[in-house]
This record gives sequence, structure tokens and C-alpha cells, in this order.
Amino acid sequence: MSYDISLKNFLYRLADDHLILGHRNSEWTGLGPFLEEDLAFSNMAQDKLGQSLALFEILQSLGEQHPDTVAFTRKEEEYQCCQYVEYPIGEYDYSLIRHFLFDHAAYLRFEMLTQSRCEPLAKLAAKVKGEIKYHVMHANIWVDKLGNGNEESRHRLQTTINENFNLALGIFETTDEEQELINEKIFEGEEMLKEKWLAAIEPILAKATLKLPPRTQWDAAVGGRKGIHTVHLQPLLTEMQEVFAIDPKAEW
Amino acid sequence: MKILSLDPRIARVDLPEGPVELSPLDEFQTYEVFHQKKRGDQHEHVGIVHAPNDEMALLFAKDQYARRGICVNIWVVKSENVIASSYDDTDIFLIAPEKIYREAGGYKVMDKINKFKGKK
Repeated sequence: MSYDISLKNFLYRLADDHLILGHRNSEWTGLGPFLEEDLAFSNMAQDKLGQSLALFEILQSLGEQHPDTVAFTRKEEEYQCCQYVEYPIGEYDYSLIRHFLFDHAAYLRFEMLTQSRCEPLAKLAAKVKGEIKYHVMHANIWVDKLGNGNEESRHRLQTTINENFNLALGIFETTDEEQELINEKIFEGEEMLKEKWLAAIEPILAKATLKLPPRTQWDAAVGGRKGIHTVHLQPLLTEMQEVFAIDPKAEW
Repeated sequence: MKILSLDPRIARVDLPEGPVELSPLDEFQTYEVFHQKKRGDQHEHVGIVHAPNDEMALLFAKDQYARRGICVNIWVVKSENVIASSYDDTDIFLIAPEKIYREAGGYKVMDKINKFKGKK
């Protein structure tokens, strides 16, 4: 595998995660639990789309197609997002826990990427780190308030964590290119990120009287990075690509 | 049936006719939001947010009042902690705009300056 392809695939994985989760989370717009939270969640969904755009622009500078083309015309198996981001928004506890688990990983990933040897990526990471820091603050406060809320709110969060933790572990799925990315100092690796992530989320969950499922039950939901997706991705893509497909040459 | 509101969210909750008494827990409290554009500047009042607690008030204030444009710091203050004068006492301010002798503009010095300029 050449260095060039490894880097591009890495950027695609990152961009696709943010594109798909940004699209998913924007489904809450107008339906959030109350006005202020609706606004906050929609705002963060837009941030995710912005982050994916910036990553697609780096890809374009490396010779890939226009961001709109890659975002809106690829086939399902060409997307390299992890499976967790594809799942429907569910009830608010579901989206909140995904927001908590994913954004902690995203924040730490970008923090690591500020040291990347891929210069445009390091610059982008330094720029968006603050934005994602706010996403993490938002998630932490909700987890704390609901975990320490009443029996129902605590139970809902714990159930969602138990049922989805393996999907969250799928964020850190490795590929054959992993070692090359580490050697070339593009990224320090999914395994290191996962350790940092666990160290970050466990104390926050503990403070909220929540815990991770026992390690013996951990079994990461992998495949997404290889283009193997759940039944939920295609309907999302169909909807997302619908308007673009009407007239791909239209000027916006 | 009487239409209470054109907002479908209100229309479907089947409100009784006439005013509704709210118990304290039915609504979140409000917080007054102040933002600061540059370190050292005065914080300016920009509006309010509803929030269940202080930390969330800060989060929501950021999203409502600082997601565009420049901001370096935000304050939130519980609206109930603001001490305000009463509108019944508006008359205490009534003739303030007429006290032009308290303003620099009240002095006739401009006439002298203009006269001097005219001479030149």
C-alpha cells in the first residue's frame, strides 16, 4: 500500500464519519427536547458537516474530486465511516450517548493530529479542536445531569451505553494501512486513541453513576472502514444525495 | 372549536381555555446573557436563555449568542438575581434629557470657535 493511498483513506474515514454523523444529528433539528437544546444540537451537527468539508478539501488538494462530488455521488461501499454513525437517531438518550462517545474520540483524535506530519491536517486539527472541545463540554454536562438525574434518566443512559458500546468500539477499527500511518507520523494509531478515549470517558461516566460494560463483553463492530455497512446507511445516502442527483451540474 | 394558536405544537396540547396557571417546575428559569467581544471590553447584555441549571445556561448562551461573530467570554446571570427599577417610577428619569446644562454641548463655546474660524 503506498503512503499516498494510506493517507487518503485515512482522511476519507475521518471525513465520512463527520459527514454521516453530521447528517444524522441534523435530523433532530426542530424536534429537540426544547428550543435551546435543539439549537445547540443542530449547531454541532452543522459543525460536523463543516469539519467533513474541510477534510474533503484536503483530499481535493491531494488530487481527489470536488468535495460535493465525493460527498454526494459515491456508492455505499465506497464510504469508510464506522458503523456507529449510520444508526438512526433513536430517542434522545441514544443520540446523546453517541454524541458523548463519538465526540470524545473526535476531540482526542484531532488533538493527536495537531502533531501530524501531514501539514494541512495538523493545521485543520489545531483549528477545529476548540470547536469539538465545546461539543465535549456539552456532552459531558448532559451525561452528568441525566446520570445523576432520576432513576429513569440514569437507567436510559446506562441501557444505551450497554447496548451500543461495541458499536462505539468500532470507531477504532484498524486497517492494513495502520502501521504505515504510524511509521510516517501521520497518526499515532487507533489503539493509542482508544486508550486515551477510555481514560477520558470512564471518570466522567463514573461521576454520573454510569459504567462501561465489562471488558469480557467487548466485541467491536467492525467492517465500516472496509465499506461494509449496516442496513441503515443506504437510506441515509439516498436521502442525502437526492437533491444533488436531480442536477449534479447545478450551481449552488 | 376555537383555534388557540397557529403553532401546531401549541394547537395539539389541548390547552384549557383561558389563562393557564404555571407551577414553578413547568418552565425552566431564564438567565440573562452578556457577551464580551474583546478581553478588557465591557460585557454587553445580548438576551436571555432558558436553562435548567447554571452550566447548561452557559452552553446554551454560547450557542445562541456566540456561534457567529467574535466573542471571547460569556456571563450568565439568573434573571431573578437582577435588581431592576420599577416602570411605575419611570418619572424619575423624565426630565433627564432636558438637563442640557449638564452636557458639554450646553456651553456656548462652539459659537466662539466658529466665529474664530470664520475670521481666519
